[in-house]
Amino acid sequence: MKLKAILGVLAVFIVLWLTLPTLVIIPISFNSAPSFDFPPKDFSLRWYENFFTDPAWLRSLGVTVQVALLTTFVATISGVAAALGLSKVNFRGKSIIENLFLAPLIVPGIVLAIGMYSIFLRFGMLGTLFGFVAAHTVLALPLVIMNVAASLQGMDPKLQHASASLGAPPITTFFRVTLPLIAPGVSAGALFAFVTSFDEVILSLFIQTPALQTLPVKIYRSVTQDTDPTVAAVAVIMMTISIILILATQFFSRRKKARS
Amino acid sequence: MSIDTNLDTPQQESNAQRRTVRSRFGKLRNWTVLLLVPGIVLIIGFFGLPLGDVIIRSLSDPVWGIQNFQWLALSETNIAVAGRTFGTAFLVTVICLLLSYPYAYLMTICSERTRRLLTIFVMMPLWTSILVRTLAWMVLLQDSGPINDLLEYIGVGRLPLIRTTLGVALGMTQVLMPFMVLPLYSAMAKIDTRLLPAARSLGATPMTVFRTVYLPLSKPGIVAGSTTVFILGLGFYIIPSLLGSPRESMMATLIQQQIGGFLQWGHGAAMGIALLVVTVATLTVATRLAKGASIVPGVQR
Repeated sequence: MKLKAILGVLAVFIVLWLTLPTLVIIPISFNSAPSFDFPPKDFSLRWYENFFTDPAWLRSLGVTVQVALLTTFVATISGVAAALGLSKVNFRGKSIIENLFLAPLIVPGIVLAIGMYSIFLRFGMLGTLFGFVAAHTVLALPLVIMNVAASLQGMDPKLQHASASLGAPPITTFFRVTLPLIAPGVSAGALFAFVTSFDEVILSLFIQTPALQTLPVKIYRSVTQDTDPTVAAVAVIMMTISIILILATQFFSRRKKARS
Repeated sequence: MSIDTNLDTPQQESNAQRRTVRSRFGKLRNWTVLLLVPGIVLIIGFFGLPLGDVIIRSLSDPVWGIQNFQWLALSETNIAVAGRTFGTAFLVTVICLLLSYPYAYLMTICSERTRRLLTIFVMMPLWTSILVRTLAWMVLLQDSGPINDLLEYIGVGRLPLIRTTLGVALGMTQVLMPFMVLPLYSAMAKIDTRLLPAARSLGATPMTVFRTVYLPLSKPGIVAGSTTVFILGLGFYIIPSLLGSPRESMMATLIQQQIGGFLQWGHGAAMGIALLVVTVATLTVATRLAKGASIVPGVQR
């Protein structure tokens, strides 16, 4: 039992180390002085006011949400289709396709980023909404496929056969039987897709133009160019959005458990 | 009634049979393959094409040949940067493993409630943008930051933390730790714990039990976690460029510099390909070592 106590103390330190450092950003965002001094001497809301009155910051927030929603939509639909397709068919070369779908997780972001920059440059897609959504979808797709595939594996295939044998066309079987059963995997995948797009920096840095920037790009630019504590306020706002998203998923998954 | 049933049953059966036969060999199969099309188009267009472009650029910019790879291998700066990148990724992997192993083990022996808490705490960083966390580390590590205040207060004196490899490693370790804890835990949870008292009863000391029973059984988790952390660490860009110094840059930063700063597409692309080859090679070796345990990194940074 002595071992367990030592492990416990160690775990507490690790938990503090994982969580506390990020929180310093909160007091900084309420600092009245234009610096990153910690602890701040006086409190003010001026950096939040800055964010909400600056059209450039607000535009990039709008772009980020728009890109993230479109990415979630495209990645979820194509990802669910792909996972379903992979689960049903068996052919030579299937594992090649599976690996192809997962490959974006393995290739270093910077390598994909310079390739996209080059291609987008050639086809005039830099700084376009379409370009952002396409780039983010490639990163989000593997996560959707992984989550949906895991749900499909846990599902009894007899249910689909039963539905088909009762005369339901594949579309009806999908919407009435399969989709409700894999819904947790689909919603987890969609959420990962949203967060991936919302937080994505490297690809966005390469494919952005000053006219169309996502929030992370704007934060990066701001951090590398000046010491404007508005980024701290933006960071806290981003953190809050993430926390709301997690709480929402926790809420939904708990309700689902309670119902079943 | 009985006549009806008699008439109905064979017909239903044949219908069902026909449907099964058709779905097994005919229409459904073709239709299902079509489901893969949108995903494949996306992956080929926005993953395959860019990657192919990098490969071609590395061999053709400004002229066809292997001069870019020669430049890569012959420049001392490049060797130093590559060494620093591997060294940092390796160091981060080791620190992550040392911290995560006891943490994951605790997760297997604690109560259900504590386990859920420990899982949430380890997942939480994943939910915070890497930029936000890097910004926080910039505040903490800066020369007039709280860590340096503390170091001075306890008499160590101020240390250069930001713009050093140490600062980069600190930030990277915090970001990558979840990718070590989760595979370790899933491997440890599968270990049959009855083997441990069995080994003890045969006279093994706790240390021997750990070394000869527990450690080997947890190997798939060690391999999977270490591989993920190492290959993600190799490709880090944001943290080294914000917490590191230009003089001690890592490969991703150098790639960006070659292309964005010097417009040396060939050089940047060749370095990118080198990074990619090392990543894939590491993954291939690790997959062999892990024997079947899947190694798939999570959210990419």
